[in-house]
Amino acid sequence: MTTTTLLATSASEHRTLTMSLFGVFVLATLGITIWAGRQTKDAADFYAGGRGFTGFQNGLAISGDYMSAASFLGIAGAIALYGYDGFLYSIGFLVAWLVALLLVAEPLRNSGRYTMADVLAFRMRQRPVRTAAGVSTIVVSIFYLLAQMVGAGSLVALLLGVSGDGAKRWTIVAVGALMVIYVAVGGMKGTTWVQIVKAVLLIAGTALMTVLVLAKYHFNPSALLGAAADASGKGSAFLEPGLKYGATGTTKLDFISLGIALVLGTAGLPHILVRFYTVPTARAARKSVLWAIGIIGGFYLMTLALGFGAAALVGPRTIKASNAAGNTAAPLLAEQLGGGAGTTGGAVLLAVISAVAFATILAVVAGLTLASSASFAHDLWANVIRRGRASEKEEVTSAKLAAVAIGAIAILLSIFADKLNAAALVALAFAVAASANLPTLLYSLFWKRFTTAGAVASVYAGLITSVTLVIFSPVVSGKPTSLFPHSDFQWFPLENPGLVSIPVGFLAGWIATLLSRRPADPAKYAELEVRSLTGLGAH
Amino acid sequence: MDSPPQTTPETLQRLEETTEFQHLRRSFRGFAFPVTAAFLLWYLLYVLLSSYAPDFMGTTVFGHVNVALVMGLLQFASTFAIAAWYARYAGRRLDPPAAELRERHAGEAVVNPREAAE
Repeated sequence: MTTTTLLATSASEHRTLTMSLFGVFVLATLGITIWAGRQTKDAADFYAGGRGFTGFQNGLAISGDYMSAASFLGIAGAIALYGYDGFLYSIGFLVAWLVALLLVAEPLRNSGRYTMADVLAFRMRQRPVRTAAGVSTIVVSIFYLLAQMVGAGSLVALLLGVSGDGAKRWTIVAVGALMVIYVAVGGMKGTTWVQIVKAVLLIAGTALMTVLVLAKYHFNPSALLGAAADASGKGSAFLEPGLKYGATGTTKLDFISLGIALVLGTAGLPHILVRFYTVPTARAARKSVLWAIGIIGGFYLMTLALGFGAAALVGPRTIKASNAAGNTAAPLLAEQLGGGAGTTGGAVLLAVISAVAFATILAVVAGLTLASSASFAHDLWANVIRRGRASEKEEVTSAKLAAVAIGAIAILLSIFADKLNAAALVALAFAVAASANLPTLLYSLFWKRFTTAGAVASVYAGLITSVTLVIFSPVVSGKPTSLFPHSDFQWFPLENPGLVSIPVGFLAGWIATLLSRRPADPAKYAELEVRSLTGLGAH
Repeated sequence: MDSPPQTTPETLQRLEETTEFQHLRRSFRGFAFPVTAAFLLWYLLYVLLSSYAPDFMGTTVFGHVNVALVMGLLQFASTFAIAAWYARYAGRRLDPPAAELRERHAGEAVVNPREAAE
């Protein structure tokens, strides 16, 4: 416990520094947001940033959207505590991008307009498919949002040295309010620039720490690994798979389930998919994924150095004492690299890395709010409720109001759910996206006979199965680490539902298509195919 | 600023039956589908080995570097390599025929200026 106090003391002494660095970020991004708001004139500006971003800019923005607090703080912490098993997350998160690159990014850019539902509903009956896709977009985004907000609350409280539920709640409220401003005022243009600024900051901060860590070991990675294994107290087992997931047959299955959800989830995340609409062509969408793969891959390689560096230089015991889940490993490492607790160098580096962590959370949260409010306005409001009679202006206004409402819902849920584990929530969002969105998306793009009934069945079956299995999993009840540790209604043994719910999503779409009374429209499919491959008729 | 759709649905539907388009679709699917299957299997192999073959994964390669770490880094390497391979393939085999179809059949409509600039 002494270390917690140490961090808290040194953090509160230099809280002013962290706060002013973060203040600079907030002011700069608010400036960008207001500027972008003035440039935002029509729906294409608000939803798709005017489709004027270059592949490189959008690649940075995608990286900004993807490298959430879970990546930066969570993976570094998981590696510091569980060694090799923490690294497995980064691999799944990265390989997943190939699915997006090869199968989804370009066809989506060519055939859709503003939201994921545009593509799913392209050759189907609009209302049922848009309703299903809109609902699943909002569910996935809220799970993801909740994870970020919960993480923000506990982290910010710790990093700033403020304690108590009151401070934590105010932090959550402040983060929520800022994100609503970014989205409602700046739209996609503002949000994209916020992502770009954040991505550059995060990569610069991570690169600086990586160089400092490697320099301590004369740029010999093997020596770093050896030191980490020694300090971990687990010896060479620290560098092998199994510390976290190798215990029993069930944890091994859970690991496979997690691995599948990670690799198939990315290409179904609505806030990632809408980024492909911000560039002018499919070729630019491809380029943005290529940049994103390079940037995100480099970033995950660096988290390896951060995680093992934190294990070697800070030590798992100190990290665990500060935060049981390891979420503070990266900031603690920064403090150590700057010269240790109590030194000016340590305080400065800690302040810089904490400010970067804030920026990260804020930007990801803004991206999620934009994607879900856009889907509400464009899919549910304009096409389902108003049956296509809403004007463009009315649609954008309803998106802004939806951003406020979704922000409020996220703030409320986060305040009541702040005992939830952020990493489990992120993995859950991936599992839901892979079960409800990806099967429908792939069938729509590549299966000629796929029908409206198939699309609706696969979204709802994937969504309901994944959410239900989570409710009856150890994440929610039956374990000391559960959301409700004192109740026990769990019967599904795995923490991640992907292993079951992803096949259910694919099967439901297939069976419902075979049983459909109305066959698919081959002319519409021909149109979708030509449009998705050539870009003819694309928005 | 959305440019209005440049082609009618009927044009697109007619295009689908042309040999040029059929060829473009074959080029795309012939690459994307088998490569996706291959990297998913390769990733799955890695996940299964991590779960069920810890002894093999723990074999030392040199210093403190073991098979597990090398396999993990190979996943990174294969991801970068496949991305680069696809970029090259798409630039040579997909973009030119797609551009040709687009130019020929955008017909009377103006080619999107941003498209030309990109």
